[in-house]
Amino acid sequence: MISKQHLAFLGVSLAALLCAPLLLKTYGLYLLTLWLVYVIAALGLNLTVGYAGLKSLCHAGFMGVGAYTVAIMMKAGFSFWLASPVAIVICFALGLVIGFPALRVQLHYLGFATLGFNLLLVLFFRNEEWLTGGTFGIQNIKRPEFLGFSFEGNLAFYFLVLAVTLVTGILLALLLRSPWGRAFAALRDNPIRAESTGINITAYTLMSFAIGAAYAGIAGALFATLVNFIEPAPFGIANSLLFLMMVVVGGSGRFYGPVLGAAIALLLPELLRDLKDWYLAVFGLVVVLMMIWLPGGLLSLRETLKLAKAKRNAKLKMEGLV
Amino acid sequence: MASVRLTEQVNKKDKMTDFLQLLLSGVATGAIYAMAALGFTLLWQAAGTINFAQGEFVMLPAFAMLIGMSFGLPLWASFIVAVALSILVLGAAFKNWIVDPMRGSGVVAVVVATLGLSIGLKSFTKAAYSAEPHPFPSIFGDEVFKLFGLTISYSDVGALVFAGVMVLGLQTFLNKTITGRAMQAVAQNTFSAEALGINVKRMIFYTFAINAILVAVTALLITPTYLAKFDMGDNIGLKAFFAAIIGGFNNSRGALLGGVLVGVLENLAGAYLSPAYKDGVALVLFMAVILVKPDGLLGTPQERKV
Amino acid sequence: MSILSVRDMKKSYGAIQAVGGISFEVKPGEILGVIGPNGSGKTTLFNAILGQIKPDSGHVEFEGKDISGRSPLELSRLGIGRTFQNLQVFGKLSLRDNLIAAAQEFAGTFWGRMLAPPDNGLGQRADEMIEMFRLQQVADLPAGSLSYGQQKLVDIAMAFMPKPRLVLLDEPCAGVNPSLVDGLRELLVELNKKQGGSFVVIEHNMDFVMKLCHRIVCLVEGKVLAVGTPEEIQGNRAVLEAYLGN
Repeated sequence: MISKQHLAFLGVSLAALLCAPLLLKTYGLYLLTLWLVYVIAALGLNLTVGYAGLKSLCHAGFMGVGAYTVAIMMKAGFSFWLASPVAIVICFALGLVIGFPALRVQLHYLGFATLGFNLLLVLFFRNEEWLTGGTFGIQNIKRPEFLGFSFEGNLAFYFLVLAVTLVTGILLALLLRSPWGRAFAALRDNPIRAESTGINITAYTLMSFAIGAAYAGIAGALFATLVNFIEPAPFGIANSLLFLMMVVVGGSGRFYGPVLGAAIALLLPELLRDLKDWYLAVFGLVVVLMMIWLPGGLLSLRETLKLAKAKRNAKLKMEGLV
Repeated sequence: MASVRLTEQVNKKDKMTDFLQLLLSGVATGAIYAMAALGFTLLWQAAGTINFAQGEFVMLPAFAMLIGMSFGLPLWASFIVAVALSILVLGAAFKNWIVDPMRGSGVVAVVVATLGLSIGLKSFTKAAYSAEPHPFPSIFGDEVFKLFGLTISYSDVGALVFAGVMVLGLQTFLNKTITGRAMQAVAQNTFSAEALGINVKRMIFYTFAINAILVAVTALLITPTYLAKFDMGDNIGLKAFFAAIIGGFNNSRGALLGGVLVGVLENLAGAYLSPAYKDGVALVLFMAVILVKPDGLLGTPQERKV
Repeated sequence: MSILSVRDMKKSYGAIQAVGGISFEVKPGEILGVIGPNGSGKTTLFNAILGQIKPDSGHVEFEGKDISGRSPLELSRLGIGRTFQNLQVFGKLSLRDNLIAAAQEFAGTFWGRMLAPPDNGLGQRADEMIEMFRLQQVADLPAGSLSYGQQKLVDIAMAFMPKPRLVLLDEPCAGVNPSLVDGLRELLVELNKKQGGSFVVIEHNMDFVMKLCHRIVCLVEGKVLAVGTPEEIQGNRAVLEAYLGN
């Protein structure tokens, strides 16, 4: 069950997130909302990459599908509350489709296969002007309304996104605690062994892709309504790579890894704004150094030390026993 | 009537000429992709490194040559300087400072590290040099000549010959010389190679050095068409990956076949099907190949370890 | 009726005949040892039973069903468990989770398990196994961080978690500290008594096989040289000659 420390951490974080808007101006609130949107997407990618061990590099593409679906449907007069479930379903189905090569190719090829798929999605967004508006994109996407209550205001929209983040986060945590979560980890750790213990690799691979993509779809739906204007650029390969880094830098396969990773990827450029173009150069260098010294991500620091200690203790206890 | 038929014939002839021209320039581009792809597979075989920064490894020598020329050096001299720098930085430094310390951290860590490297190098070039595309002279000049009604540029022929000689020369080196064979032994089985008394560390360094030379040559040949730009590597890197996998990741000849296939098909698809989706051709080909033959066209199946 | 029957199985690789007409049966509840010098066809036989190679002729039947060519997944669903010669655990999962993972797919439905309690009702069974294998001290550590011998025990415990009707043990003693071999044998006997099922053991450690198995099949050059109780095999001149050489 959840430990007291964990509960306290959750309580403090939630209180901080509820109070934060009091201290922030428009831009700060926008960044905070964008962070939550990225967190949702990165949580989904962490399921695919961190827990099920499948290298997916088209997360931004999935997010784009979610964003475009919502934007196009809302422009056609449908409600956000109908458009976003449709977006989620489409992303889920696309995730299933993309999962198929995962079953055919060796793991490291998968990165390229998904990267290529992302490229294809961007080409589609850019070239099918009749549907996506091409490079001009889709403008003036309205924020949702619910039973007469409008989320048009930045504050109201922030709380909507916060609520969605909490719900999606809790659902993912529950999924990871269920036998499914264990099956995903088994798939990641040793697919050969998993198969011989009755774990259906095909089914779990496809589900990890599809659920991860659905999370990107949710993030995309919120992204479109947050920024009010979408075009192909934010859904390109560069951002897919950025999502992967959020997960890995934070700590892949750790629940809060992507939360931390998204904060670093999004807020650090703001803090280092004086560096301008050099920021990404520094970022790239930091990622390289981190992979060399701490390949498990930032959150693995404590765990690595703890594990070493536990192993020492166990060794002391086991001496003379086995 | 007669004149109509004549026009048809002329049209037919034009179409044929177009097709051949597309084919030729496709083969030339493909041969260049093949070089980047070849370096990519060599690194994978010898050191188990998937280099997601391969595209940036092509971009850097292009800028090195540009800087060389801005100091008044002729292109050939800048190229030699670029090759030397490339071996030093993209070969030795990359191997010793990034790949070697990561031994044992797993493939994902290497993938993410080279992704980080890719972002870092791109942004560094953008910040330190410029974000604009810069024209780049072709070492074979801009002239064209006519042959059987085809307009052929010297740079296409030159690229094809240069790349062909590089790839075949490398093949011969790997298969016929003692050093080359030792490198292949290391790629196949490091432990037995070491037991045979082969200096494994040196052979792995040679592999990185060869990759460094290959990317510098790729830069020399492709930059005239792509222009020198900080993000030129995105496209080249991706095509190299796809070419390598289409041909067969564990087979050096496969890279050549994959590169040429990608170059030709994307040229033809761009002209006859849809110019907008030209860049998707490599992907579609890649998907088709891995679904039918996951080890690539010339690849041999890798045994599943139980 | 027999649990597993191998009938006139033949398999050649090019000109080399790895298995040349092997037949034997495994009875319910029986521990059957398969021995033989290197190159006698043990591995080929094992792979054929596990569906990893298709024999040229003959059948492998499990409870009357032909199982040649079935995937590892199908075999485990049918009730066939196996251990691995080299270490095959889920490295980052805790030992306890390894055991639950090995059995969780046999309880409930695929979609049902999405909503099932975390241990899928197997926590108690896992704890029993942990106690039986005396791994309590390390139950919550990642399996990948355990010693070789401990991981070997985890691997074996995993095979028995779902109570399979047939377990194939691939050199259970390989790499295990000799002082622990007796303990391992007692564990296997206890498991055989407690949860039934038939075992097929491939093993080089003669002492281990002789003391553990009810019956032994001795293979030489792809053929069955002798079948019998450990006493019969030990007294068989042909077997001794095969092992000691001509």
